Order: sequence, then structure tokens, then C-alpha cells
Amino acid sequence: MNTTLAILAQNSAGAPDGATALINTALFYVFAAMAVGSAIGVMVSRNIVRTAVCLLMALLGVAGLYLGMHAEFLAAVQLVVYAGGTLVLIIFGVMLTNNSTFQLYRPKRLEVVVGSGLVAMLATVLITAILRSGMADRVVTSGNTYAIQTLGEALLGDYLVPFELISVLLLAVMIGAAYLAKGRRREGEGQ
Amino acid sequence: MTELTLEHYLAVGTIMFAIGVIGFMARRNLIIMFLSTELMFQGIAIDLIAFGRYRLTSNPEVFFASQAFVIFVLVVAAAEAALALGLVVLLFRQKQTLDPQAWQELKN
Repeated sequence: MNTTLAILAQNSAGAPDGATALINTALFYVFAAMAVGSAIGVMVSRNIVRTAVCLLMALLGVAGLYLGMHAEFLAAVQLVVYAGGTLVLIIFGVMLTNNSTFQLYRPKRLEVVVGSGLVAMLATVLITAILRSGMADRVVTSGNTYAIQTLGEALLGDYLVPFELISVLLLAVMIGAAYLAKGRRREGEGQ
Repeated sequence: MTELTLEHYLAVGTIMFAIGVIGFMARRNLIIMFLSTELMFQGIAIDLIAFGRYRLTSNPEVFFASQAFVIFVLVVAAAEAALALGLVVLLFRQKQTLDPQAWQELKN
């Protein structure tokens, strides 16, 4: 059975299975609506900065769906690689190709309120989770590490060859991107 | 409320993929077209994980296979993002526009 709030469910003195299933179903609909709604926002939005923010929300929703399917490692990778890396890259692309967008951008009162509300919600969830998890008297390795350990063994065992190939691909892309940037600069100097 | 099934996740993945395709077709902005490809990647990744999760009870290795597959997809997507955005910036510097129709001189 899906236990999305695994930490909370484990430590809230044995929540009944029905309630957990209900929470999981509700969270699925929340994250699915977030992902799909933000995807529609990406498609229809005229402001390219707003589009990038919509993509961020869609990525967060997908990460929540991963959590619901017990792919915690993927959810973390999604947040780190996409929300942390690719989205910053996209913002840089937007900044390099569009000067006027940022001049027009002023945070409205509604956006300030929504942002503060989101931060407050996140803080509440984090504090509740930490308080309920009983981290103080718990060894770090005693958690639910089995799945991630198995995933690591699979990545470096059965899938070792594609794993190495993909690292070669990353190297090639790194060289290619550096070549693109460098070649353009030389051309610019020649003009 | 009902129990979550494979179809729930497949529906979300399919909708996101469809939105990505529509965005790629309908928008005339290189960066937004690129973002639409990212949406398509996300839809496919949800489907992959959902299939692996669906087979978890009968064959647990499939779940880890699907996770490994999605990790590879994410790496390819990140590599594509780096190169595509670099190319978009280069193209923008040439013609000062993000409209893909500006580069259709190969058409005739």
C-alpha cells in the first residue's frame, strides 16, 4: 500500500491503514492537479518568467507523485537536478535572451501573500515532521534505507554498463557545451 | 475515495505528455518549446515509475529497473537542457529573436 507520508505514518503511533490510504489518495489528487495545472500554465502563459515558475510547480508536483509511488530517491533527484539545476539553467537562458521581461516584473501584493503562505506551510510541515519523527533518539541508518540501497546496487550491478555510458554522454555534453560557448566568443571577437 | 490504481498515474503522465506535445506544436518561442519537451519527459517518467510500481508485488526488480531507467532519462534530459539552451542563446544572438520561423531559410 502506498504510504506517502511514510515518516509521519510510521511515527504517529500507528495510524490506521484506511486513514493512510485516504491521505495518499488526497495527496495524489493534490499533486496531480498541481502538475497538470502548472503544465497548462506553461502552455498558455504569455510571460516567459511566469512560464518558468509554472514549470517549477509542475516539477514539484511530479516529485510529489514520485513520493506517492515510494520512489523517494527519484523525488529527491527530481528536486535537486530539475528544480535546482535545470530550472536555474532555464532562468539563465531567459535572462540572456529577453531583457525586457525582468524590467516589467514587479511582485504584486497577492504574490507576496501567496509566497509567504507557501513558506509558512512548508515551515509547518517541516517542523511537524521533525517533531514527530523522534530524530533525537534515533540512529540515522535505522530508517527505511532498504529501497535506496537496493536501487544503488541495481545501478552499479545490473545497470553498470548504461551507467558508465551515460557518464560518457555527460562528458561529451560538457565538452560540447564548452565548445559552443567558446566558438561563439571567438567569432564575436573576430567581428 | 477509491484506491489509487495504475490508471490514475498513467492518466496524469499521459495528460502531461499531451500538454507538452500541444505546447511544442502551438508555441512560437524556442524556450517555451524546450520547456514543453521537459514536460513530455516528465509525463513519460511518471508512466515508467507507475508501471514499475504496479509490478512491485509480483516482481520487485521491475520497480528498481524503472527507477534506474528514469534516472537515465533524467540524465539525458539534463544533458539536452544544457545543449539546447546553449544553442538557443547562440541562435538568439544571431538574429535577436526567439521565433523559430526566423531560421527557415533551409525551407526553400
